[in-house]
Amino acid sequence: MDTFQETIFKLKKYWSDRGCIIQEPYDVEVGAGTMCPETFLRVLGPNPYRVAYVQPSRRPADGRYGENPNRLYKHQQLQVILKPPPNDIIDQYLGSLEAIGIDLAKHDLKFEEDNWESPTLGAWGIGWQVMMDGLEITQFTYFQQCGGIDLDLAPAEITYGLERLVAFLQGKDSVFDIDWTRDVKYAEVRHAEELQHSVYNFEMADVETLWRLFELHEKECQRLAGAYPGFPRKERFPVLAAYDQVLKCSNLFNLLDARGAISVTERVGVIGRVRKLAVGVAGMWLDQNLPAEVAQ
Amino acid sequence: MSTAPLLVEIGVEEIPDWMIAPAVGQFRDMLEKMLAAQRLGGKLRMADGTPRRIFAIFDDVLEQQPDAEELVLGPSKAAAFKDGKPAGAALGFAKKNGVDVGQLHIETTPKGEYVAVRKRIEGQAAKWILGEQIAALIPRIHFPKTMYWTGKNGVRFIRPIRWIVALHGDNTIPFEIGGVEAGYYTAPHRLLGAATVGVNAANYVDQLAGYGVIVSSAKRREMILTGISQLLMGRGLLARMDEALLETLVYLTEWPAPIMGSFDPGYLTLPEEVLVTVMRHHQKYFSVTGADGKLAPHFIAVMNIKEDPDGLVRQGNERVLRARFNDARFFWEFDQRKKLADRVGDLANVTFQAKLGSYLDKTNRVVGVVKELGGSAVAERAALLSKCDLTTDMVKEFTDLQGVVGGLYARAQGEDEAVARAIYDHYKPLSMEGPVPSTAEGCLVALADKVDTLRGCFAIGLIPSGSKDPFALRRAAQGVVKILVESRLPVPLGKLAAGDKGLLEFLLDRVRYYFKDVRGYAYDEVNAALAAGYDDLPDVAERLAAIQAVRPTADFEPLAASFKRIKNILRQAGFEGGGAVDANLLEAGPEAGLSAAFEDLRARVAMFRERKDYRTALALIASLRPQVDLFFDKVLVNAPDENVRRNRLTLLANLLTEFSAIADFSEIVTSF
Repeated sequence: MDTFQETIFKLKKYWSDRGCIIQEPYDVEVGAGTMCPETFLRVLGPNPYRVAYVQPSRRPADGRYGENPNRLYKHQQLQVILKPPPNDIIDQYLGSLEAIGIDLAKHDLKFEEDNWESPTLGAWGIGWQVMMDGLEITQFTYFQQCGGIDLDLAPAEITYGLERLVAFLQGKDSVFDIDWTRDVKYAEVRHAEELQHSVYNFEMADVETLWRLFELHEKECQRLAGAYPGFPRKERFPVLAAYDQVLKCSNLFNLLDARGAISVTERVGVIGRVRKLAVGVAGMWLDQNLPAEVAQ
Repeated sequence: MSTAPLLVEIGVEEIPDWMIAPAVGQFRDMLEKMLAAQRLGGKLRMADGTPRRIFAIFDDVLEQQPDAEELVLGPSKAAAFKDGKPAGAALGFAKKNGVDVGQLHIETTPKGEYVAVRKRIEGQAAKWILGEQIAALIPRIHFPKTMYWTGKNGVRFIRPIRWIVALHGDNTIPFEIGGVEAGYYTAPHRLLGAATVGVNAANYVDQLAGYGVIVSSAKRREMILTGISQLLMGRGLLARMDEALLETLVYLTEWPAPIMGSFDPGYLTLPEEVLVTVMRHHQKYFSVTGADGKLAPHFIAVMNIKEDPDGLVRQGNERVLRARFNDARFFWEFDQRKKLADRVGDLANVTFQAKLGSYLDKTNRVVGVVKELGGSAVAERAALLSKCDLTTDMVKEFTDLQGVVGGLYARAQGEDEAVARAIYDHYKPLSMEGPVPSTAEGCLVALADKVDTLRGCFAIGLIPSGSKDPFALRRAAQGVVKILVESRLPVPLGKLAAGDKGLLEFLLDRVRYYFKDVRGYAYDEVNAALAAGYDDLPDVAERLAAIQAVRPTADFEPLAASFKRIKNILRQAGFEGGGAVDANLLEAGPEAGLSAAFEDLRARVAMFRERKDYRTALALIASLRPQVDLFFDKVLVNAPDENVRRNRLTLLANLLTEFSAIADFSEIVTSF
């Protein structure tokens, strides 16, 4: 039976063989692989792109001090973007399941409606949760809009929840029992992180500091966005650095939320603030990257 | 004329289960209409769908469209002919239609006489018509939410269209949608067949069945039901049938096969409500009970594959369920670390509605309404704790269990049983058929919760219109009405509406709906009862029962007709007086007779009305019919003497007022 990392190797190899760039995880905190620039920005515009990467995804409110066998503050997603989606995309996806050792003839597979939406990113898509023997193993989405912009090519996003998938493959009741390697369990690698971040997120994070940080990053992003229109050589403009500020804000929002620090009246407003930043960056990125003849 | 069957199948990536049947219906109707409009005949053989296909088969579709004649109207006769000779307008019209002016004739229409021509339209080969028509019709199938997949301005559909079968007899109908050419290849079951297989109208059903697709939804339903009975046979177990779940599974599968799995009986210590919700809503399993009706440690899942020879699917589902149950147990234990009573403040962080504040704000208002309605300390306590479960992990995970979880936790945390029960029930009734809360306190809290939502939303202008009702205010108002009537709470609607006329009208509308559509009273009976007062809905219910009981008796409807007449007479006379009748002005005979009979009845009617014996009271009123009839027969209300006239009007007005307290008879629709 494959270990956690062997399964990841196989999935990466599978998608690499199908023309995907294999990226490494992005180094700013994100709530989902979708938020990485490799997805959020690359899905914009008319240029084809194929990429796959593992992204550790932080969801502060989902932390359970490492006590719950299936809930994690941080889990690993394997994210695949196919832009445009090939006609046989579902067959290719099924092929990836076979590649990691699932005998499809012996399992029950269902595609159940599950549309995806992210108000903070101004993004939504149409798709399914893929159920294998009653377990959700993949989220499959055809993106329709990102950063408030209709997408030219409706890219397909395939997101494997790696802990869940591997627990299924290894027949484990707790993700902490997953064999990361032959000798090392998932818990040995990650339990301390789950516990400590849960303590921080729920008990010790300083609300005032988090708010200050949020505002600093927001201001920095706004400052950059304000400088873009008058900037002479657009290709030099740090749109990507501006986007990092959006990601910082999004993560801080999640932390504040987990801490119970966002009041009713604030909540919708704060989501709107992050969304505004994200929409602004998406617009700049398109402007910067769109070939002139297409832009007209 | 030669005919052939028509087969059209749209091959799609998995369509959401609940959208399939409506889409099949539309597709079938559109094709039927199109065939009729194109004069191509055709008889529907079958139309159905699976997650990956919507199809229809018609027999006897013509291969050649018959010729037809079309009537084209031109200019008016007056404009077209001058002095009996064709003028410019007629010549132009003839030319435009490619006919000789001699071929024109005059057509008489309701609007006058016009020049017209009958044009012969030559029929085309069906395959050209069908191709064009079907290509245009498929994207017009309405789905609640569509997508594009070929690119931003590409075709939209519920999910990507991946193949199309379109055959008329043996011939492929040529058309294309979103880059997919119609042909005769279909894709069978994803895991049970080949990648593609050729079909035709004759072998479609069997060919697909051979490759793992049961195209008939009725057959799939039957397979699920039969499969379940076979699993349960001889085991002393029963499946909890659930029509909505069955329907979902019929449309989530192409080859359904039920299997039974088990779980550790130790989980049965968790509340049944939680276990059933996990199985039903999260895993789409049927739950299983013993003969005693108690939950058994088994479940039934429906696979989209024929068999599970190695038990892998069963084991997989068992493992998932175990994880879910573990979650639930974990949530339960974790949630107990903070009592409901200590969570009230946390509700400040849960939004109710942007303008209406948090659930803490709402809780405070609901407690206020409970006090306003004279609720007990138990009801107040329940109201205070009613929303606290929204902050628990259990409800965050299993939102359907809001209220239920609060009630279970309250009990586990040593709250008064009556408090726990009221919290448990306070979202009820969940539908017009569903029960109201089982205790008086529960009813009061449920009522206060709904009333607060209604008052708040109306105050900020969130009023339902048409099919838009995002806050489910109709359901809340229906709940209010149902609780008031069925738990016999005589709270005036006006008090609940707190001076909001729009809200009062909205509630009254639900009252009418309830009595008419739920309780089955005739609309005029409902109007009659409500016109006599609606402040006490349980009383309205009793008056309605009496009206319905007395209505078939011989005197009732004629009397109702007379009351209508009285009302009209009073209105026409502009009479607003009252007071006592002057016995000295009464004419001996029918007038004095009516007055005497009325005086005789009035005290008795009032007595029975006081006792709420409305049936007897109404029967007594109806017994006045002969005197009323005689009065109208013989007495002229509009007497020449002003005093006599006023006295007669006073008699009628008193009669009307006195006897309209149970029902306004003039609202009864009669054939008189």
